[in-house]
Amino acid sequence: MNTDIVRLEQVNISFSGKEVVKNVSFNLHTNCITTLIGPNGAGKTTLVKTVLGLIKPDSGSVWLKEDLVIGYVPQKLHIDSTFPLTVLRFLQISRDLSDTAIADAVASVNISNLLQSSIHGLSGGEMQRVLLARALLGNPQLLVLDEPVQGVDINGQIELYQLISEIRKQRGCSVLMISHDLHLVMSATDHVICMNQHICCSGHPEKITSDPSYIDLFGAASAKTMALYAHHHNHDHNLHGDVLPASPNATLTSEQHQQECNH
Amino acid sequence: MFYDFLLYALLGGVGVALVAGPLGSFVVWRRMSYFGDSLAHSALLGVAIGIFFEINLNIAIIVCCLLLAILLVAMQKQHFIATDTLLGIMAHSSLSLGLVTISFIEDARIDLMAFLFGDLLAILPEDLLWILLGGVLVLSLLYYYWPQMIAMTINEELAAVEGVSVAKMRLLLMLMIALVIAVAMKIVGVLLITSLLIIPAASARPLSRSPEKMALLASLLGCAAVVIGLLASFEFDTPAGPSVVVAAMAIFMSIYLWPRKASH
Repeated sequence: MNTDIVRLEQVNISFSGKEVVKNVSFNLHTNCITTLIGPNGAGKTTLVKTVLGLIKPDSGSVWLKEDLVIGYVPQKLHIDSTFPLTVLRFLQISRDLSDTAIADAVASVNISNLLQSSIHGLSGGEMQRVLLARALLGNPQLLVLDEPVQGVDINGQIELYQLISEIRKQRGCSVLMISHDLHLVMSATDHVICMNQHICCSGHPEKITSDPSYIDLFGAASAKTMALYAHHHNHDHNLHGDVLPASPNATLTSEQHQQECNH
Repeated sequence: MFYDFLLYALLGGVGVALVAGPLGSFVVWRRMSYFGDSLAHSALLGVAIGIFFEINLNIAIIVCCLLLAILLVAMQKQHFIATDTLLGIMAHSSLSLGLVTISFIEDARIDLMAFLFGDLLAILPEDLLWILLGGVLVLSLLYYYWPQMIAMTINEELAAVEGVSVAKMRLLLMLMIALVIAVAMKIVGVLLITSLLIIPAASARPLSRSPEKMALLASLLGCAAVVIGLLASFEFDTPAGPSVVVAAMAIFMSIYLWPRKASH
């Protein structure tokens, strides 16, 4: 049932000689929420921008389904305060939209009370909902969200993830999002890709939190609520995130415990 | 009391102010005022080249500004020098190069002050034609590309994902600014052109709730500054450019000092 909408094969990207994305391959399917996690500088945003076509990979291929409509929420949207803009006008910009399309998106994220407000006075959570509404306007098949809960308090984060989950259910679109914290995003995600330049492990969120490479990256504390899942990895990381040779008792590779996103 | 030259200057000034409103708004939104300055300085190089090779001054200035705008866009892609440093180098180099070149032209009688600060008497019917052509071209392009330019100004990546060709729009905006600077030079002069772009737009900001309103209001306030400034220049025999800028500043000050409710 799940057809691919995005395929990345062996993508490599480097900036001024520094490798940022190493040999990354993954597929995105219809009606699936995929979360990219990893430490700062792991290349998550770079990878997402590659999917969006904003960055061209040095090698490897990026395939998108023909006429794939993408809605994008960037990591940080700074609008210069000299630019006068209401929320409604922000939603109307750059696309020919019917009033019902806007009303529909506004209702989805519940921001009808903000439409006449200046965009400069919004709180972090309100801004993220407005950005989400704008991303929904083109009726996208894929929503790309770069840290959608940034600058939002814990309760707001939980609400936003629920909202994203509901949007997926209502519209049947796929979601690719970046997150720092797997625990909050867990209930709203089907597939997790844990990366630090290369893909360390990927699969269902429950599996990922007990994966040694996840524990290496995020520390045991973030995994302590999960039962440990006993296997070893084919490589380790030092503090810089470089790959070290496998410890001798490595028995399983990350590929072997990968799971597809099923529904 | 109206003389032809004053009428020409008023028509030319109003024409320039109308175009400078929306373009100046982009300069303010995108923090490009130093870019405008650099291009204006290079206009003097255009004057020098035009006189030296005996080609039409308007064409020489326009071509020089357009070429330097393209050069700037190309050089911004390198990462060794920050853009503001680059702009500073280009602004003062081209100004100096222009002044040095002009000093070599012995037989030509050149009123340098007129080029630096603008001159009422310098406006000829031919200049009005250039302002009209340049103005109509820029306003039509702005009208046609407005939604894309606004989207790009809000966020370039978001615009790119939504299908706006950002690099093309950025170059187009810079070329339009270069063109307006080139045709506006005779009225306000090389050193003061940027103020005609940014002061009316900055004055319009606190009174505007939408980008369109700000652009339109900037045009109107610019026209008011031009009319007041040029009439004062005629009445008190003050230099045209500085008089227009002082008028624009007075409008700016009164808007900002005027008590009002919460800002947007």
